[in-house]
Amino acid sequence: MSGEEFVPLSLTPLLIGIFAAVACALPGNFLLLRKQALIGDAISHVVLPGIVVAFLLTGAISAAPMMLGAAGAAVVAVVLIEAIRRLGRIEPGAAMGVVFTTMFAGGVLLLEQTDTSSVHLDVEHALYGNLESLIWLDAVGWSSLLDVQALAHLPVELPRMALTLLAVTLFIAMFWRVLKISTFDEGFARTLGIRTNLLGLALVITAAVAAVAAFDAVGSIIVIAMFICPPAAARMMSNQLEGQVAWSVGFAVLSAVFGYVLAGYGPLWLGAQDAVSAAGMIATVSGVILAAAARFGPCRTRSGAPVGV
Amino acid sequence: MLDLACSDGQVKQSQASENSPLAIQGLTVSYGQKPAVFSVDMTVEAGKMTAIIGPNGAGKSTMLKAALGIVPPVSGQIQVFGKPLDAQRARIAYVPQRASVDWDFPTRVIDVVLMGLYRELGLLGRLRGDHKAKAMDCLDRVGMGDFATRQIGQLSGGQQQRVFLARALAQGADLYLLDEPFAGVDAATEKAIIGVLKSLREAGKTVVVVHHDLATVADYFDNVFLINTRKVAEGTVAEAFTAETLQAAYGGRLATAQVDQLALALG
Repeated sequence: MSGEEFVPLSLTPLLIGIFAAVACALPGNFLLLRKQALIGDAISHVVLPGIVVAFLLTGAISAAPMMLGAAGAAVVAVVLIEAIRRLGRIEPGAAMGVVFTTMFAGGVLLLEQTDTSSVHLDVEHALYGNLESLIWLDAVGWSSLLDVQALAHLPVELPRMALTLLAVTLFIAMFWRVLKISTFDEGFARTLGIRTNLLGLALVITAAVAAVAAFDAVGSIIVIAMFICPPAAARMMSNQLEGQVAWSVGFAVLSAVFGYVLAGYGPLWLGAQDAVSAAGMIATVSGVILAAAARFGPCRTRSGAPVGV
Repeated sequence: MLDLACSDGQVKQSQASENSPLAIQGLTVSYGQKPAVFSVDMTVEAGKMTAIIGPNGAGKSTMLKAALGIVPPVSGQIQVFGKPLDAQRARIAYVPQRASVDWDFPTRVIDVVLMGLYRELGLLGRLRGDHKAKAMDCLDRVGMGDFATRQIGQLSGGQQQRVFLARALAQGADLYLLDEPFAGVDAATEKAIIGVLKSLREAGKTVVVVHHDLATVADYFDNVFLINTRKVAEGTVAEAFTAETLQAAYGGRLATAQVDQLALALG
């Protein structure tokens, strides 16, 4: 494919897909090891009431207030989940289940009770996102990457997702050591003076920010898949946290690239006419990678499960 | 109850607790309605090995965790070497129960020991060769030097326990608190651990161990703290580890066989 075709039509959705996948996979590693991987699922449900409330307040469907609403709802949910987990002394999965079904149901009620239901807040968009539409029509080829005027018309999701990825990466790099210690042994971490409650909250809020940004750009299917599949597959490739995180980034990129290309050209290769959803295909590829790692990965035997407790 | 009630005794106790590595006053911890630890005072003697013993569910581990700030107390004061806990964290090393962590965590033995150097390294401090040498030295002290690059899930229970002890050694503390370090370990590990703990005592360190095996108390420890939600007895093994105090702490829960065994152990 020539640059004239690739840059305007495929470069930006591909980059957005990669950034979104990596931004979710990075915190996903720690969430997985903390048995909180479902948080991605939870967040993509709880954003609904946030979006509806943002719509009610502003009366318009525009990206900025809706993202703020979604982020607000995600943070409320995360704080609620942590509070229920700590106060009720129950496992994180149960706390998430309670919070995200309740908030999602609240969102549905809210949507029904107000006249927002007549507005086009459709499910399909939320699930699959709209990756294919994030094109850069001002670009004419690779040279446009140096053209200030063309760059000004990049889809806003690209810089937004890039910034999100940068923030997530900085958070993980900055708190790597304490995240590792407190994920492995929270009690010990506390005796060192590490504020494990705050750190855990910061981790899930970081995940929530990544989820909301990615959710807006690429839909919830990718968010849910990327929080779990690349880190889970990576765990079976390495017995060291450093290695696991590196593999998970590789798998996330691989899923985004292969998923995007397969969605666009796979059906044509098979003789069909239309392309399929890129988001759906990216999530599927990550699932196939997970299956392959589960079958062939070198570190897939589970030997150190805790007894009791 | 062996609490000193007269005013003279209280003066003595407060003097002792000023220099004590760990002084607990009026500690109450509760999970839900029922207190797990109720109004407990404890003054750990410096340079000695103290066993915390009591029946299952008596609040032994809970007391230790509350003393370390891992679980929040309902009430009570904790002083470490005469100062609040937060000011003294660098002087404390802690060995949690082995079963409290997931040993499937993706990390190697040496990395776990290096976690003990966190207070030295800080958030972003660079890991240097001498840090690794120190961690290796701690592994050698517990006889695990050959396992440094093993994944932790590949270790036996006893080996895992020794790695935890090596991590505590790396902390270079003055007060060592261990939660059931002998639970479910092989005889060789038990010997290795008690050897290390005794060498710590010889170096002037203070060791506090939550212990469950009554038969070894007199062999291993200088002092005993008996608890069953409330404090039952505190003092030297001769003072506090007697048939009466054990009866008070365990009630009818000690089998006859255990009592016989104890009688033998106590001479």
